Amino acid sequence: MSDIKIKITDREGVPHEVHAPTDMNMNLMELVRTYELAPEGTIGVCGGMVMCASCQCYVKSDHELPEKTDEEDAMLSEAFYVEDNSRLGCQIRITENLEGLEVVLAPES
Amino acid sequence: MIETDILIIGAGPTGLFAVFEAGLLQLKCHLIDALPQPGGQCTEIYPKKPIYDIPGFPEVLAGELVDNLMEQIKPFQPGFTLGERAETIEKMEDGSFVVTTNKGTRHHAPIVAIAGGLGSFEPRKPLLQNINDYEEKGIAYFIKDPEIYRDKKVVIAGGGDSALDWSIFLTDVASEVTLVHRRNEFRGALDSVEKLQQLKNQGKINLITPAEIVELQGRDLLEAVLIRKTTNGDDDIRLAVDYFIPLFGLSPKLGPIADWGLEIEKNAIKVDNTLDYQTNIPGIYAIGDVNTYPGKLKLILCGFHEATLMCQSAYQRIFPDKKYVMKYTTVGGVQGFDGSKKEAPKAVVKTID
Repeated sequence: MSDIKIKITDREGVPHEVHAPTDMNMNLMELVRTYELAPEGTIGVCGGMVMCASCQCYVKSDHELPEKTDEEDAMLSEAFYVEDNSRLGCQIRITENLEGLEVVLAPES
Repeated sequence: MIETDILIIGAGPTGLFAVFEAGLLQLKCHLIDALPQPGGQCTEIYPKKPIYDIPGFPEVLAGELVDNLMEQIKPFQPGFTLGERAETIEKMEDGSFVVTTNKGTRHHAPIVAIAGGLGSFEPRKPLLQNINDYEEKGIAYFIKDPEIYRDKKVVIAGGGDSALDWSIFLTDVASEVTLVHRRNEFRGALDSVEKLQQLKNQGKINLITPAEIVELQGRDLLEAVLIRKTTNGDDDIRLAVDYFIPLFGLSPKLGPIADWGLEIEKNAIKVDNTLDYQTNIPGIYAIGDVNTYPGKLKLILCGFHEATLMCQSAYQRIFPDKKYVMKYTTVGGVQGFDGSKKEAPKAVVKTID
């Protein structure tokens, strides 16, 4: 399987184009941590259990994403800086159809 | 002043297990934690979630793991300073340390072991302009003593477990309870959600959803909040209140530890992983998720190992002249400071006719 390219804009507004493996059961939050695009301890705090919203991001491209689960929806309802295109990075699995995905990390809160 | 051998900062699984390993070496421990209960993230964030990589436990709930650890360390009578955050550290002339909390509680020990995880949990504050002005003047992020809300008007914001549970609890205490949440849906234990519905039907709780608190008012103390319904263009509701309690969860911050002169990298404390997880300050160790070294993995099982080696090194520091031979608990048993003794039953040696 091949890597895909994802464009992630960090909290400072700096864009990064990163290679993401599709065969490692990885999600977007883990990808951000792998490339250290946000300081450790400020993203993925709960480890991906949908128990915090530290991996919130805004989806800028019109890729078809997995449906929001009730849990993700509920967590976002308690988060800050939420927009209509907000998602939790930990709930977005890296798959081949996400080639060219563009996201912006939400501010730390 | 609280005196102990090893002062542990952080009462998560790593800090708790350190008490056991220290106890085997007859060293006493005292733990400080900013949260009101031991267990760290395991009890605060995901007590009901299973963990699958604790050696010997195919599956264990995070809350259960903490209960088990508490049981395991009970014979070693650890002391706890809970609900207080370690704020400052002072090095004494004899090389020992004094750690003072934000409440002024002082602790004295020759060894400090930081097992602070991701840091101390700080409340996530809603984005309201003058919120800081009303802190301690009508706004609280934790409920420590429910009695202060007796016969008062209280508004709570949030949609998770703590918002639900405290709203329910306070209906028996406060004169008026209003719960504001951005959605109609709440997430929490089923019986809490049902109880809330019941209280609403009985008119004992004022539920405003989907809505948000958008403004705080009051000359000096908080006097009222403005609530905006998010579905329609109605005018904001002005609600007179004595207290506003936003419950939007907690987020960990390394906090004051970052200013203790320790070498920090990637929000974690650098330690010597070739030996004993000591920091750049001799006598101060960092174990578990709070430390970093080449190849570091933030796993509970790694924290247990780090705690064990830290205790050996601490023992050497406290008793530089003593020789110590590691004993297996199966051979040596476990002798508690409370006089309890656990040991493997002796095998029977008997002739069979």
